[in-house]
Amino acid sequence: MRPGRERERLEAARVGLRIGAGFSFFHLPSPLRVAAVGEASPLSGKPKAAPMDAGDLSRALARIAHEILERNKGAEHLVLVGLLSRGEIIAQRLAERIADIEGVKVPTGSLDIGLYRDDIGLRAPAELKTDHIPPIDDKIVVLVDDVLYTGRSVRAALDALMDVGRPKAVQLAVLVDRGHRELPIRADYVGKNIPTAHGEEIVVRVAEADGEDAVLVAEREES
Amino acid sequence: MIKHLLDITDLDRDGIERILETAANLQPDGGAIRKYPALRNRTVVNLFYESSTRTRTSFELAAKRLSADVVNFAVSGSAVEKGESLKDTAQTIMAMGVDAIVIRHKASGAPHRLAQWVDAHVINAGDGMHQHPTQALLDLFTIRQHFPSFEGLRVAIVGDVTHSRVARSDVQALATMGAEVTLVGPPTLIPPQAEHWGVTVTTDLDAVLPKADVVYLLRMQLERQKAGYVPSLREYSRLWGLDSARASMLSDEALVMHPGPMNRGVEISAEVAELPRSLIVDQVTNGIKVRMALLYLMLGSPDGSAEGAKANG
Amino acid sequence: MAEPILIKGGRLVDPAAGRDVVLDVRIDGGHVAEIGPDLSADGGLVVDAAGLVVAPGFVDLHTHLREPGREDAETIESGTRAAVLGGYTAVSAMANTDPIADSAGIVEQVWNLGRAAGWCDVHPVGAITAGLRGEMLAEIGEMAASTAKVSFFSDDGTCVNDAALMRRALEYARAFDAVVANHAEEGALAEGWSMNEGEVSALLGMRGLPAEAEEIIVARDIMLARLTGGRLHVPHVSTAGTVELIRAAKARGIPVTAEVTPHHLSLTEDSVRSFDPVYKVAPPLRTKADVEAVREALADGTIDCVATDHAPHTLESKDVEFDLAPCGMIGLETALSVVLTDTSLDLTAVVERMSVAPARIRRLKDQGGPIAEGSVANLVVFDPDATWTVNPHGMASKSRNTPFAGRELKGKVLWTIYRGRVVVSEGRIDHGKR
Repeated sequence: MRPGRERERLEAARVGLRIGAGFSFFHLPSPLRVAAVGEASPLSGKPKAAPMDAGDLSRALARIAHEILERNKGAEHLVLVGLLSRGEIIAQRLAERIADIEGVKVPTGSLDIGLYRDDIGLRAPAELKTDHIPPIDDKIVVLVDDVLYTGRSVRAALDALMDVGRPKAVQLAVLVDRGHRELPIRADYVGKNIPTAHGEEIVVRVAEADGEDAVLVAEREES
Repeated sequence: MIKHLLDITDLDRDGIERILETAANLQPDGGAIRKYPALRNRTVVNLFYESSTRTRTSFELAAKRLSADVVNFAVSGSAVEKGESLKDTAQTIMAMGVDAIVIRHKASGAPHRLAQWVDAHVINAGDGMHQHPTQALLDLFTIRQHFPSFEGLRVAIVGDVTHSRVARSDVQALATMGAEVTLVGPPTLIPPQAEHWGVTVTTDLDAVLPKADVVYLLRMQLERQKAGYVPSLREYSRLWGLDSARASMLSDEALVMHPGPMNRGVEISAEVAELPRSLIVDQVTNGIKVRMALLYLMLGSPDGSAEGAKANG
Repeated sequence: MAEPILIKGGRLVDPAAGRDVVLDVRIDGGHVAEIGPDLSADGGLVVDAAGLVVAPGFVDLHTHLREPGREDAETIESGTRAAVLGGYTAVSAMANTDPIADSAGIVEQVWNLGRAAGWCDVHPVGAITAGLRGEMLAEIGEMAASTAKVSFFSDDGTCVNDAALMRRALEYARAFDAVVANHAEEGALAEGWSMNEGEVSALLGMRGLPAEAEEIIVARDIMLARLTGGRLHVPHVSTAGTVELIRAAKARGIPVTAEVTPHHLSLTEDSVRSFDPVYKVAPPLRTKADVEAVREALADGTIDCVATDHAPHTLESKDVEFDLAPCGMIGLETALSVVLTDTSLDLTAVVERMSVAPARIRRLKDQGGPIAEGSVANLVVFDPDATWTVNPHGMASKSRNTPFAGRELKGKVLWTIYRGRVVVSEGRIDHGKR
């Protein structure tokens, strides 16, 4: 009766993400929400360029899927872990591509780095989301995120992974690399390099969450 | 997030929602207990003037699972005898550099005084008969695991309301969330002013049970009999105790809750305590999650960013 | 010998003489020498009292000077300085000192210390019962016969709970024409209280003292006063119910008098929501309805006078958890201002309640007016409209426990003249030639 209900709700939340129900079940949209570092925000500023359209996105993901398989000589021992929330969607798409190519279903999961951030106490606490990390011991974990910027999110994700298990290797796949690294982090697989200025931001939109596939460049509006 | 949690009313509805939602996303049920580095360089002091293994351990685990350092200041009688005042102790603690003080004290208002004397965040873990805000939060969390909405939810709080800080916090928390509260107990143990708390007051437990969604039992202490509030614990139990016969009057979905520790055989029978609808153990588990959420949101906010009780984006 | 003083152009508010008029007052040799319009100054000090009120010095029936025994909180020296800064020329030193003033020896000590300090008259109050234990009468006769000439007895701080003993006290005190003042707090109802019992205490989870705890004792004491013909005085009236009892008693001609404190005229139990122990006092701050009732009673004379219940406590003792803090607020230096700011009494009524009535109750010859040629010059000159902000650190009292800290009040004492000598000039203690 009752004790299982919470698990049902969490399950529903993940399903909600996949079928375009918008943000996480527990996310409270708030006008005071400040974009967290490295996270693509729902258009705080006006878009001034659209470097990738739906077709570009699709082709980039196809290429990345091939590269992952090539580098790792197949899908064996692979696990895809997407950083919430768009990273998870992209990871799922990559898993589908890999299944098309190789005929193998690669385990896919999500990771919320809220409690691993290095700026806790310097800005408003990030909203936490429930994540699901599949077993990673001795696996090749491919971390997936939409945008790579300072590298701090990835550093936090690495910490989270290490707390959970001991992967054989960790690789990084991103849809967009916008430069301005602050830590010695680099992506193994990149969809597109889009150099930007600090005053700009990259907005990644995916059909499951935003209704369309696109990558936009916008002016960052100060909140 | 607020700087101090002294009364449950320090949080408005948004603030409560934020804490409950954050707690729901921590430590998913059935998963391995995880330890997060979020509060790595922080120190939390447990300043417990009243002994309480349950609450203190809960706060301690909550802080440790966020990687904070925890110091337990269990103030024994001797420290008080030596004349070290609360203010002295507060200043000593602050001299050591801490980020949060969790205080339990037998004087109502002690956390409020403490908050005047220290820079750290102050969390009230129970002050006299006044408030126990984190208990109210974990109670709300537990109820929400079973009922999706508080609006119009019928909650009966049974027992010694007059001396209960849990009752005061829960009444206010439930009212904030839109629930309908009924207080049930002997007239000597429910303050007459409770009629103005926006609740219904009655002495008839049997009338309340069939319609209740949640029955929340308060601990009935032997001291109350000694002080003449009730003639005997036996009579109390007969009139206001939840035994199996009464439990069968409850609807199928109704929940039974208790802040612990239970006096089995007085306010609750041993059989009822073991029923699946009795969530006393869940309350304990949820206590850690809720306290983790609270610590994360309070200590994770930039200093001085307390925007009243409003949740920050 | 003090120099002559001429108070020029002040508004003489002298209810005992039935007048409120602008007149000059000349003081010489400790007495009022001359009263009239446009007096000329011939040497001596001239006080420009234009726009100010000149009145008989205030008389406090209820002061805790803490000496002997609690000199860390207050001494007779510091307390009487506070008193004159508040415009008082006479105070009544309560008996709950350490040792307790229940014998001739202690009351004489207090008397002597008061005279040595020399700022105002200090009338020692004797205990009703030995050791304030409420078991046996103290040596009332000895105290009355001592140099302190005690004529006012109180166990204040503690209640005489035993009805038989209270009856005896009222009867016995008649031999000395003395007043008996009983701190009304029914013992069994008063278990572990910190504040008024009511809406706020229910919400804050604090043990409260119900109004009935005061009213039961006041009702009893009034009946005992009727039975014995003794002179009963009800200290610090705080509830509407007590007011009704006193009103009914006076209507029936029972010789009861009553006082109210400035804080009970001003503050309610809502102040306690802050858990600041400065608001902890006995009797506790009550409800808005009670405050309105006592204000009305003071206005119509049911309550005869204002008394400060000045109760100093050291900073350390008050800076603790509410439950642990001692009860009490200081009040000598703020009394007039609180009465002027928080009640609607006119100036004549203010002087009547703060000077004339208390002097009458204590049968003091040299206090309360009338200000007439030949009378002892115990006067206060104050500005009824000046505003000032209460600074607990800028007070003469050794203690800081004022509930009015930071508040802006109306009414300021500028000059206090004690037995013809200036003790307060321009609102400050005047050390002068003594």
